[in-house]
Amino acid sequence: MDSIIDFSVITNNFLQFMIGRYPNGPLGGLALTLILAFISVLLSIVGGLILGLMCISRNKFISIPVSMFVNLIRAMPLLMVIFWMFFILPAMTGGKFPENGTVICALTIFTSCYISQIVKAGIASIPRGQSEACMSSGLTYWQSMRYVILPQGLRNMIPSFVNQFVSLIKDTSLGYIVGVSEITQVAQQINNRTQNYAAEIFIFLAIIYFIICFAFTSLSRWLEQKLSWRKSI
Amino acid sequence: MNLSHFDFSIILHGKFAEMLWSGFITTIQLSSISCILAFFLGLNIAVMRMMPFAPVRFFAQCYLEFLRNTPLIVQLFFWYFGSYQVLPSFVNNWLNEMSFEFAAAVIALTFYTSAFIAEDIRSGILAIPKEQMEASRSSGFTYIRSMHYIILPQAVRLTIPPLINQFLNLAKNSSMAMVIGVGELTYQARQIESQSFKSFEAFFAATFIYICISFAITGMVNIYDKKVLNPMGKGSH
Repeated sequence: MDSIIDFSVITNNFLQFMIGRYPNGPLGGLALTLILAFISVLLSIVGGLILGLMCISRNKFISIPVSMFVNLIRAMPLLMVIFWMFFILPAMTGGKFPENGTVICALTIFTSCYISQIVKAGIASIPRGQSEACMSSGLTYWQSMRYVILPQGLRNMIPSFVNQFVSLIKDTSLGYIVGVSEITQVAQQINNRTQNYAAEIFIFLAIIYFIICFAFTSLSRWLEQKLSWRKSI
Repeated sequence: MNLSHFDFSIILHGKFAEMLWSGFITTIQLSSISCILAFFLGLNIAVMRMMPFAPVRFFAQCYLEFLRNTPLIVQLFFWYFGSYQVLPSFVNNWLNEMSFEFAAAVIALTFYTSAFIAEDIRSGILAIPKEQMEASRSSGFTYIRSMHYIILPQAVRLTIPPLINQFLNLAKNSSMAMVIGVGELTYQARQIESQSFKSFEAFFAATFIYICISFAITGMVNIYDKKVLNPMGKGSH
């Protein structure tokens, strides 16, 4: 076998890598990957906060079932969550459900569960005395959460959040399995069409993911250093 | 959805039960082989990452960052479809004689997981007081020898809980090997679904097995934490 690396396959198909078949078909490629990641990130911040607060709720009827749910999801591979969504969502809505929606739902549920654990740990890192002080100054549970505990806790959680988002961006590649035309799918299509350039195509694909994820990983490391003065007090 | 419509007997006996069982065995084989290989590879990378010699450190850093920041599925595709272009032909011939899908999955999972394991071991090494290294260097040990005999045995002991967690991630990640056609648990569930149209039963069974594997592994971490690292209760070490 000859082993000549020839990157012309990338330059020839560059536009398809970036936006799929956009003007003539649905948006795809890198653009779709970023959109899926962005929507899932926003939804899973909200979901993660809600699940996290429910996990530490003093009401056992809320905290125990929610913790069980979170632990179950965390024990499953993401692929399984995607497959479950893939056949539960159409059954629930009584019709066809768009693949993009399936992936967003699966990623959101999966990431929310991981984020809820970060939220839980972040809130636990705030000294108990603070919530006691809030109580004795007459604030309600929600007021003390909103004005005192969460603003400090969230600050500590930011680096872990960013790390979780790096995983989320990597996980959008699993949309390939349910036929979402994000960049991994596009790469596989190009690979099927051109046949002999698999190494070049997948190295290029890896480089694209690397650039995006490395930017976020560096951001998280920088934030960790920048925010660490707080923890030392 | 009405639970009485579901027929679990179909996956508990006969052909489909055998498929699930073989999927389970493949998942366990894939995870254990990759786990052992990734541990030794990760150990080496972690040591390289802390070498006094800068180029080695830089190489290890690049290795880690690149593998950690690319999706596993892309790495699987790369090794499965592209390896004949980058590996020498005798390696390819050798791989072809075995099950190539399985080999590609082992390679991808090993490399991917080794990067995460290396980071865990590194933090274990950092937890060992610096004086130990200085003491062993001044007693005449070389860097590699002091790592081997003094630092690593202690660091690995501290790293066992995160390592077991990585093994858990590995077991879950092995489900992605289905994209290149390795007959592991998820792949078999998919096969059962397409042969019998019993998607709920098939995925329920597969999910149940994954959850059992995960809880078994998490249980091991808890026991190790209680019995070995924290025998006197929280925060004793």
